[in-house]
Amino acid sequence: MSKLLIEGVSRTFAGVGGGQPVRALQPVDLAVAANDFITILGPSGCGKSTLLRIVAGLEAPSTGRVLLDGKAVTRPGPDRGMVFQSYTLFPWLTVAENIGFGLREQGMPERERTEIVASYVDLVGLKGFENHWPKQLSGGMQQRTAIARALANDPEILLLDEPFGALDNQTRGLMQELLLGIWERRKKTVLFVTHDIEEAIFMASRVIVMSARPGRIKSDVPVDLPHPRHYTLKTSPEFSQLKAQLTEDIRIEAVRTAQTQSA
Amino acid sequence: MLRPLHPVAPGTRTVLGIAFFVFFVAFWAWITLGGHVNRIFLADPLSMLKDGWRLLTEDRFWLDILITIWRVFGGFALASIVAVPIGIAMGAWKPVEAFLEPFVSFARYLPASAFIPLLILWAGIGELEKLLVIFVGSVFQIILIVAVKVGGTRRDLVEAAYTLGATDNGIVKRVIMPANAPEIAETLRLVLGWAWTYVIVAELIGSSSGIGYMIINSQSRLATGQIIFGIIVIGLIGLLSDFAFKALNRWLYPWSLA
Repeated sequence: MSKLLIEGVSRTFAGVGGGQPVRALQPVDLAVAANDFITILGPSGCGKSTLLRIVAGLEAPSTGRVLLDGKAVTRPGPDRGMVFQSYTLFPWLTVAENIGFGLREQGMPERERTEIVASYVDLVGLKGFENHWPKQLSGGMQQRTAIARALANDPEILLLDEPFGALDNQTRGLMQELLLGIWERRKKTVLFVTHDIEEAIFMASRVIVMSARPGRIKSDVPVDLPHPRHYTLKTSPEFSQLKAQLTEDIRIEAVRTAQTQSA
Repeated sequence: MLRPLHPVAPGTRTVLGIAFFVFFVAFWAWITLGGHVNRIFLADPLSMLKDGWRLLTEDRFWLDILITIWRVFGGFALASIVAVPIGIAMGAWKPVEAFLEPFVSFARYLPASAFIPLLILWAGIGELEKLLVIFVGSVFQIILIVAVKVGGTRRDLVEAAYTLGATDNGIVKRVIMPANAPEIAETLRLVLGWAWTYVIVAELIGSSSGIGYMIINSQSRLATGQIIFGIIVIGLIGLLSDFAFKALNRWLYPWSLA
């Protein structure tokens, strides 16, 4: 049985000021197996973030439904951890308190929390920064904290919405290795939205390519590159071949987006 | 050269700030001591200081100062205790906002001073009336500003909290309230400054103590030195409480500092 089932999920936004309603997402079907690392790749505005937010329960689908372990998603919950593109650490909490936020909301006593928080601080390499305020951290460290915060709840699935989009290229590369390393060791079902082709291939066991708005699934590309993956993989022939194929796919969609915008 | 938006060095800033005070007092001394204005209408700085000293040493003016401070903080505390929870409720729950916002926006424009005759009828000319003037003047302002700040809570933080398993109740208590606490404290600091103007108005009418009372009393005796001294005392206390409030906010919310 699939871990996550997306069945005929579409999203239409009401028209602004009496205008035509805008269709952001055409009906999407997707089945995700347990412990799969799925990246959703698409040009900006293709509705990939909308799809992720529907899985998170932050938005309701116009049609269709999302099932996690056979249960329909109706609202956000701790079984679906989310990492956002914007920095969403709570600025009034320290790094450790941010990571422990979800556990505290679920009423876990402090004694147990401390131990779990410490293990996740360790996991994302933030030892020594437990008592820092978020504003004292670099962007990469903030996102590492956000990943630890989402994982500390031990969610059934981890949702990431262009989590490294605001980071510089070098930091982004390191963050990819960090997240992939965690996934290789701990195993977790992951849905990762990005518009970066290299990132999509490097992280994924399966890349879902989305079309220009209104988005639909254009292709579903398995990535059979071996694990553990090392950054040097990005320069291997197999990787380059996949990249060339996906670049072609995405380019067509990007052109289509540019045309609809200028029309 | 003055370049737009170009920062000024901290030392220069201090010197410039003090320079205007010096300039201001010098100008005042020049027009009064130099005989350019009639002494009856404006006392010179030296006799102002002399009058002030006499007020403090002989007329027990410090008792008036204390009673005024008590009125400001009493009325202000009363207004804050009522207004902050209402403002948070309005910002957090839109039906509450829809219910109260039109009335509060209307009430905000009712001048506190115009309520004084009514408040005297209801509460007499005792302390309660003075506190109520400040209360009426502050409460609607605080409600409205707090409601706007809370309504502007970062949505992404709220969403993040929901995905971490927070309940609606948890969102209000552990996201909306801490996220806006520094801004609410800043709002209170601002409104406290306005409360100082209300207290003097309250003391000008039907009062027998306080800084405002001393000022209106001095007017009938043309003691302009005392009036100016009273005004300066208000300014100094306002400045001090402002500093104290700022320091308190910095200490309470170290995370919000840039």
